Amino acid sequence: MHDANASRAAETFMPLTASAVLVNPVGLHARPSVKLTQCAKSFASKIEIALAADGPWTDAKSPVKVMRVKAPQGATLHFRVTGADGETALAALLALVHDGFGEG
Amino acid sequence: MSSSNSANVGIVIVSHSIKIAEGAADMVRQMVGNAVPLGWTGGDVDGGLGTNVAGILAAIDAAWSPAGVAILVDLGGAETNSEMAVEMLPDDRRARVVVCNAPVVEGAVIAATEASGGSSLSAVKRSAEELYA
Repeated sequence: MHDANASRAAETFMPLTASAVLVNPVGLHARPSVKLTQCAKSFASKIEIALAADGPWTDAKSPVKVMRVKAPQGATLHFRVTGADGETALAALLALVHDGFGEG
Repeated sequence: MSSSNSANVGIVIVSHSIKIAEGAADMVRQMVGNAVPLGWTGGDVDGGLGTNVAGILAAIDAAWSPAGVAILVDLGGAETNSEMAVEMLPDDRRARVVVCNAPVVEGAVIAATEASGGSSLSAVKRSAEELYA
């Protein structure tokens, strides 16, 4: 269902991009990965993350793939969001990273 | 043994050790939250290491959701006893329970993460099985 929505969205919407530095002590380890994935899944847009502005891009809705990115503290996390709720999604994702995934 | 509070796919953890089952369930609750029905079981009927079909059936019942239940198992007997438990379910439930080919602890967390977003049973299973991909 996500895939169908994402491909339909991709035809109509330009991708939005933004980045944020991981401030929480251990970076994108298990718990933050779960939170990121849950946040991403709450939006219909296609959402991808990368450690560099030109990719490689990882599906932010896949908990296994997000954990495999193994982004450390201090790394810049890039987002690419495509879809009708893209702006809201991007704002929510950036807030999550800025907030250190609630870990302070 | 469980708590269940949503229509999301339920997760069942079956380990030879009740401590592992309980610990994995703790990780799911703490990392993923309460949006996923969860059941766990471990140990044989005498309380030793092993698994038992009755315990697995009770855990499936505890984690039951109309969207189905994904079972995560550790070694050998946990899988065969889980398959036996699935066989013993009533017809209307049997088709909505799957055993995942995934590591029990990581698989439980990943499956619950997927389930917490409202994903289907097949998506939950596929996501957990990505761990061995």
